[in-house]
Amino acid sequence: MSDLNKLGLAEARDALRAGDTTSEELTEACLKAIDGAGALNAFVHHTPEIALEQAAKADARLKEGDAPAMCGLPIGMKDLFCTKGVPSQAGSRILQGFLPEYESTVSQNLFDAGAVMLGKLNMDEFAMGSSNETSVYGNAVNPWRRGNDDAALTPGGSSGGSAAAVAADLCLAATGTDTGGSIRQPAAFTGITGIKPTYGRCSRWGVVAFASSLDQAGPMTKNVRDAAIMLEAMCSYDAKDSTSADLPVPNFEAALTGDVRGKKIGIPKEYRMEGMPEEIEALWQDGIAMMKDAGAEIVDISLPHTKYALPAYYVIAPAEASSNLARYDGVRYGHRATLDQGDGITEMYEKTRAEGFGPEVQRRVMVGTYVLSAGFYDAYYNRARKVRTLIKRDFENVFAQGIDSILTPATPSAAFGLGEMADADPVQMYLNDVFTVTVNLAGLPGIAVPTGTDRQGLPLALQLIGRPWEEADLLSSAYALERAAGFVAKPEKWW
Amino acid sequence: MSIDENTAARVAKLARIKVEPDALPALAQEFNGILGFIEQLSEVDVEGVEPMTSVTPQRLKRRVDEVTDGDQQEKILKNAPDAREGFFAVPKVVE
Repeated sequence: MSDLNKLGLAEARDALRAGDTTSEELTEACLKAIDGAGALNAFVHHTPEIALEQAAKADARLKEGDAPAMCGLPIGMKDLFCTKGVPSQAGSRILQGFLPEYESTVSQNLFDAGAVMLGKLNMDEFAMGSSNETSVYGNAVNPWRRGNDDAALTPGGSSGGSAAAVAADLCLAATGTDTGGSIRQPAAFTGITGIKPTYGRCSRWGVVAFASSLDQAGPMTKNVRDAAIMLEAMCSYDAKDSTSADLPVPNFEAALTGDVRGKKIGIPKEYRMEGMPEEIEALWQDGIAMMKDAGAEIVDISLPHTKYALPAYYVIAPAEASSNLARYDGVRYGHRATLDQGDGITEMYEKTRAEGFGPEVQRRVMVGTYVLSAGFYDAYYNRARKVRTLIKRDFENVFAQGIDSILTPATPSAAFGLGEMADADPVQMYLNDVFTVTVNLAGLPGIAVPTGTDRQGLPLALQLIGRPWEEADLLSSAYALERAAGFVAKPEKWW
Repeated sequence: MSIDENTAARVAKLARIKVEPDALPALAQEFNGILGFIEQLSEVDVEGVEPMTSVTPQRLKRRVDEVTDGDQQEKILKNAPDAREGFFAVPKVVE
């Protein structure tokens, strides 16, 4: 078989089980693709020895007929996951040299399911960013370009390396994490599929924390079926994460009927933003027509507090980040600044954090510190948490009306150029998450599915939002949308 | 609510991040941009609304209060920038 790296998870799994290929061949094909893709800067720590060892074990298991769900399938791992003995830096200088003594629950689950790890993937520092431009490793680059224009585009963020790697066929699939849209926005920018499950589905244990009440891991894959397979492997109840859900994990792949007849799909009027490009509006209308043709009932709905989701997020997420990132003090792990004569422990903290954190992380830690400080806690933090209650209530109300899922655009634009937002106000960059962030605040599952291209040939995606814990139903609706849209475009190889 | 350079310096201090004095005006300006955006929240009527503490309505699990972990001194110190004699080492904190 040729071009094995171009396979998806389901195809490769079936080929492995049919004996048409081996995990070692698949892994070699991916390692070769990675070696030739330095220009994308997607893989930042390479683990070929681990990959080949895991592949050999997988091949042995396949031969014995003892192959778990992801046996022998080569994937990339976002740098946010702690992987034992392998650099895990969260894209930050402050964790340079850090080698975890433990394995995150999600990566362990994937290894238990037989997955092969090719290496660690680029990302925005501490997952704070929407363009992968805040990474200590430098920008990850989108394999897609605007027609014949060779300007480098962002793969989105924060899971930018994951998105670029999957879109460029450097791996079969990758892990991502999503705090305000960090799986769905980069998936949308690169024409791949990405799902953020219900808060609590995937254990956060061993995932470097950004905003603990919002962070969730999820898969980034080449299609919806692959997302179902990999999500199931990632999910589990985990006593080491107190917010992990003790619920059975369904067989998501088996639930992929793509039958949406009689399903009620809500179209929220508040997602029709002022100044939204016509192409996004047209994409959305096309998606609505596709779901209607497939037999779904389209219902206009209202989520009245949508407008306040981003401002609430930019209180809650920095507040939690300022607390979570207090641990980077130059004492227990990672970088410590070189001190001057007479410097005490406070200077050590301050210099270490100034050197170790990039500008966006510093900004968010300080905003978080401010909104939690005496005198402002009620005005900002408590108010934002009350608004969060209202945002969640909006969703509860429409689900109580019988809505099964909600269809929205995934992003307000296609991928933009790297550096294009350099002079913009930080708030402009935050607007990238306008359609995705509500889902994190309400703890719901959301999936981005590529459904079209803009006039420059760049991929565009729609988002489906599901009821809590009903990822199986959500994936099945996404499967219907994927089949109807028939998006098959791939970036032309230039790297 | 407008943040001046003194407030920016105080926040940097609280966050234990060293900011050079000449970087403070730009920092204060960025804070003001972000806080201006956040200010929209004051439009929302939150009378009688409970602040969210848990996004999924689940009761936290309980377990027996007993030691489940330990004896990992070597692993814990392995990534320390400066570890000596089984301890984390830091600059002198007492005179």
